[in-house]
Amino acid sequence: MAENKSNAKDKETAERISKSLDKEAMYGGHVDLKLYHIPDESIEVKKMTDLDSIIKSSLTNVGISADGNAGGNFLMYNNKVSHRSSAQEGLEIMSVKEAREKYDWLEDYWWKLVSPEADKYTARSYMEDSDGYFIRVLPGTKITSPVQSCLMIGSEEALQTVHNIIIVEEGAELEVVTGCLTHDGVQRALHIGVSEMYVKKNGKLTFSMIHDWDESVEVRPRTGIRIEEGGLMTNNYVCLKPAKSIQTNPSAYLEGEGATAYFNTIAVAHPDSVLDMGSRVFLNASHTKTEIISRTITIGGEVISRGDIIGNAPEVYGHLECNGLVLNENGSQKAIPALEAHAMDVEMTHEAAIGRIARDQVEYLMTRGLDENEATSLIVRGFLSAGIEGIPEILKEDIDDIIKKTADAS
Amino acid sequence: MLQIEDLYVEVAGRPLLKNVSLTVEKGETTILFGPNGAGKSALLSTIMGFSNYKITSGKIYFKGKDITEAPINERAKMGIGIMSQRPPNIAGVKLRDLLEIETHKNLLNLEEMARSIDMERFLERDINVGFSGGEIKRSELLQLSVQRPDFYLLDEPESGVDPVNMAQVGNMIRKLICNKKACTSHDPERKASLVITHTGEILDYLDADKAYILCNGTVMCSGNPNRLLKEIKTQGYDECIRCKMNLTQIQ
Ligand SMILES: Nc1ncnc2c1ncn2[C@@H]1O[C@H](COP(=O)(O)OP(=O)(O)OP(=O)(O)O)[C@@H](O)[C@H]1O
Ligand SMILES: [Mg+2]
Repeated sequence: MAENKSNAKDKETAERISKSLDKEAMYGGHVDLKLYHIPDESIEVKKMTDLDSIIKSSLTNVGISADGNAGGNFLMYNNKVSHRSSAQEGLEIMSVKEAREKYDWLEDYWWKLVSPEADKYTARSYMEDSDGYFIRVLPGTKITSPVQSCLMIGSEEALQTVHNIIIVEEGAELEVVTGCLTHDGVQRALHIGVSEMYVKKNGKLTFSMIHDWDESVEVRPRTGIRIEEGGLMTNNYVCLKPAKSIQTNPSAYLEGEGATAYFNTIAVAHPDSVLDMGSRVFLNASHTKTEIISRTITIGGEVISRGDIIGNAPEVYGHLECNGLVLNENGSQKAIPALEAHAMDVEMTHEAAIGRIARDQVEYLMTRGLDENEATSLIVRGFLSAGIEGIPEILKEDIDDIIKKTADAS
Repeated sequence: MLQIEDLYVEVAGRPLLKNVSLTVEKGETTILFGPNGAGKSALLSTIMGFSNYKITSGKIYFKGKDITEAPINERAKMGIGIMSQRPPNIAGVKLRDLLEIETHKNLLNLEEMARSIDMERFLERDINVGFSGGEIKRSELLQLSVQRPDFYLLDEPESGVDPVNMAQVGNMIRKLICNKKACTSHDPERKASLVITHTGEILDYLDADKAYILCNGTVMCSGNPNRLLKEIKTQGYDECIRCKMNLTQIQ
């Protein structure tokens, strides 16, 4: 635990928050925090190219290249920051702790979109005084080359707690690719990632997160997003590799006229894994808009797809779409879309469909010479990629791999 | 090329095709007539091997081999290609994704092939999703031109195609079947085909050799395509029954 400003008020706050250290989350199964500890191991590199080759190759699985050519880089290994660099004017990348030292005003953003008292995960993250990335784009600056951030667990039975803040100032634009993964050989671990994202007036943020965990890793991201007038947030979440359990339900608050949020999720539930994934959008100003789309496949695990749209202002638009495929008899899919309106003239819709691969589609492709596995894999790939526009090539290969495995297993 | 012997087929547990025997020789263009619901599409689907169509007895031979039990893709690899009447939508799979599998293997220029049938801008579209009737036909033709089968099963190639596009579709089919060369009936260089048509428009583009009429799931007669079409147009399919008598003679 690091340098807490130890005045009386802080102590009081800490005492209050520590009461939530045993508070179970609303969703997701029980995780015994006592099974995990905060590891000491860390690494530090001046340049991304200095990373060892095993790490470099693991990073490519989460869409991160270590060639040093990204517009900015951030790497966290276990609970310490390993690298941060910005290659672009108007783009600030540092650790949140550094940022907090540097900017007094950061208090206004500090744990403001995610409550430390939400559950035991947020409380623990807060009490650990977690570090993480601070990415900020200055007003009017358009960052052309995506920023890469990477959160890596390197130790067995590690508890990784992370606290991130992204600020896209007025009229600024930013694209972030975040890869979360375990180091080769790490099997059991718990990742708690708290992220707070601020998109100011007419700002634009595209945030893509790719997870690549191991079969026994438990994952509890906690995300809050605030979007001002005319702001746009696109959130892509991709999780194709096994994990023991993931429970995530980011909340977006659309506070300004015409703000927009898109959520796209594609995920595969492997045998014995539980994926409880949702998105929650509060349409708090008029003419705000959201679309939540999820495409999930189970090859033996359990999928729960949630989606909540809450219309609190007139003339808002929201659409929810959950599509699930069950490709193995042991798998299960549950779609829980919810719409709520507290204002007039809202337009909110949802579609949910769960099923199997249509036989006529497979056979149609077979008439063109594809064998049954090739046809199935093309259809499944299409099903998933319909969830995310412009899916990176490297992920397509991952998806193909998984599908091959599926075909072999079934 | 194709030989069907005494075929019985069930769909959804219900007998549909009965006692169907027909042959298509190498280089032959064969037409299949018959009223709505007669079982024409079912016959083509059975030849292709779609699983909805259960063969209860009879045999199908292609290039001398028994394919009665062969999986669809094996039939495709042996050289059978189909233009389906109602192909399914495949959301998320772009026409390009499918076609590139074949064009990469055979070093074909997909762009050029698509351009020749005005389908370039459909390459990035999801297969059949939102395609108009005419666009579906052109998409099927593009797929067939990439596939290059030896035997074409065409299910109502002219339906839903406007008169202007008909010339394009008709000429394209002619080009595929004639193997690019000038072609006349019974030319052994020509690709064999079994073509379903109601209007006979496609006959303007193909020199058809022979026609069968299918009624109530069974072959009622066969003969000269143009003559049979004329009969159907003047007398309807009632003639089928009468003509059934002559079938044994023809065979
Ligand atoms: N999968 C199926 N399930 C149930 N009935 C079917 C199926 N396929 C075909 N049929 C039925 O079998 C009969 C023959 O259908 P088919 O499509 O072969 O007719 P067709 O001769 O091609 O007619 P059209 O000229 O209208 O295209 C119809 O009554 C049809 O409803
Ligand atoms: Mg038909």
